[in-house]
Amino acid sequence: MEKSLNWYEFIITRLIKASGYSAILFVALIFFFLVREGIPTFSEVESTSLLNIRWYPIEDRFGILPLITGSIIVTLGATLVAVPFGIGTAIFISEIAPRWVREILKPLVELLGGLPSVVLGFLGILVLSPFLRVFLDLPTGLTAFTGSLLLGGIAVPTVVSVAEDALDAVPRAYREGAWALGATRWQTIWRVTLPAARSGVLTAIMLGIGRAIGETMAVMMVTGNAPVLATRLGSLFSPVRTMTATIAAEMGEVASGSTHYHVLFFIGMVLFLISLGVNIAASSVVFRAKKRAERILS
Amino acid sequence: MKRIFISVIFLIILILSTSCAPSSAEAAPEPSATYIENKGSDTIVNLALAWAEKYQSEHQDIRISVTGGGSGTGIASLINGTVDIANASRKIKQEEIDEAKSNGIDPVEHIIARDAIAVIVHPDNPVDQLTLQQISDIYSGKITNWMDVGGEDRPIVKLSRETNSGTHVYFLETVLRLGNSDDETLFSMDTLLLPSSEGIIVEVRQNPNAIGYDGLGYVPDDLKTIAIAKEAGSSYVLPSIATVNDKSYAIARDLYMYTNGEPIGIIKDYLDWILAPEAQDIVAELGFVPAINPGASP
Repeated sequence: MEKSLNWYEFIITRLIKASGYSAILFVALIFFFLVREGIPTFSEVESTSLLNIRWYPIEDRFGILPLITGSIIVTLGATLVAVPFGIGTAIFISEIAPRWVREILKPLVELLGGLPSVVLGFLGILVLSPFLRVFLDLPTGLTAFTGSLLLGGIAVPTVVSVAEDALDAVPRAYREGAWALGATRWQTIWRVTLPAARSGVLTAIMLGIGRAIGETMAVMMVTGNAPVLATRLGSLFSPVRTMTATIAAEMGEVASGSTHYHVLFFIGMVLFLISLGVNIAASSVVFRAKKRAERILS
Repeated sequence: MKRIFISVIFLIILILSTSCAPSSAEAAPEPSATYIENKGSDTIVNLALAWAEKYQSEHQDIRISVTGGGSGTGIASLINGTVDIANASRKIKQEEIDEAKSNGIDPVEHIIARDAIAVIVHPDNPVDQLTLQQISDIYSGKITNWMDVGGEDRPIVKLSRETNSGTHVYFLETVLRLGNSDDETLFSMDTLLLPSSEGIIVEVRQNPNAIGYDGLGYVPDDLKTIAIAKEAGSSYVLPSIATVNDKSYAIARDLYMYTNGEPIGIIKDYLDWILAPEAQDIVAELGFVPAINPGASP
């Protein structure tokens, strides 16, 4: 009896340990694979040609700048939609809504998060894009802005879910303290609860951005995929081509081992590095905030 | 730890080997069946599959394997002697013929169907005819307003298939470059590249600014098809089976199958069946134009 218990424990601890380490292993393997397939780009394509503004792979024009700016402008727009909406919803659910409303809202938001993005893409192409074309009097409704709205919608549930948990974890005593000092409800939320939950809220925002920049299907369906360099804010209302959509649209047909194939992996590398940058920025902000909090408390 | 690791590896090997065994058994050829290998153009692959399915259901003893990969891939395989029939949406090039001859292969051409590309606009667009030159100027970005081609004062939104589509390349060569191989004209950067035929049709249906192109069979009745003139003086022609066959419609191409030498035996039977009315009905069903003259035309 004793012996079999030991056996169980031995296996289970090892399994848990292995699954923990496997995450590191997988990230390392994926990155290694991306680098291995992407690095030949540098010997096959001149760097000046990579920094060109024309993406037309079948005639060997591999300017990736329009794709990078395309991804950035769509993600930026999505962030502008998802952050205020997401945080606002989280505050409402956690701080203001009565209990029964909260119990309906939270599962609904989570259900929204489970919607396949291709379904939202359909809505975007059939409803949102025609509406925006008429409403904003644009030449076409397939623009970066349409993509931003959809991506914002996709990222909102992520932001709400994480931010609401963070707000919920703020001890009740903080709020009661603020109320005892005569603060209004708004002052309590804005000056006490939100700053106390800051690291969780920041994580929520970063996760939301990560969700937005990596999203492919919905973006490919509604942004028009024209590789135009986005230089001004007005580009938000014209078609763009994102890095993810480029990889998804072209990878299926490309001859493996060709220059085009290597460049697509190179784009994957750039995308990976951007997400890595966002994550590092987020955790360093959270880390600094934690240190400061420790200093104040000690 | 090490023991666990080894046993996990062992388990993986076990699973792999058991899952491989039955599939390799299935792949073993049935002794009674005769095989036809058919490979090439992605434009034709659906048509070739439909034919192969129909033919196999009528001839139980014949197995036809159809794969895509592009016209170039198909012809290369024919030259290497690995396929019996190569599908191509373009004519074989002289250097390919030379290479084949030096390999002891004699490629024989069979026109098996024709494909017309229709230029489509919103039904409310007053423009109903254009010359090839005008379409070229629209797509290369020289003409940007419908007013310049006799329409309303609206911006032109250009829609195209993705660059990996054979239709995209054909349109580039035949329309944008007007069949001139020295021409370096490219699609204007702000051309929207949509991942599917359906995407183009949805956008043209709801956007009066849009112009798009697609295979004749894919165009629904509620869109307006543009009549096209080869040159400024010549007459405007709408695409149809008749105008494609008498060569008066400008954007149409032949689809080919290539065999090594004049076909004999089961390959001859199959090609004869393809050019018979029963198989040519499938051509029309799939949106291509049936080849009118049966038999090989080298």
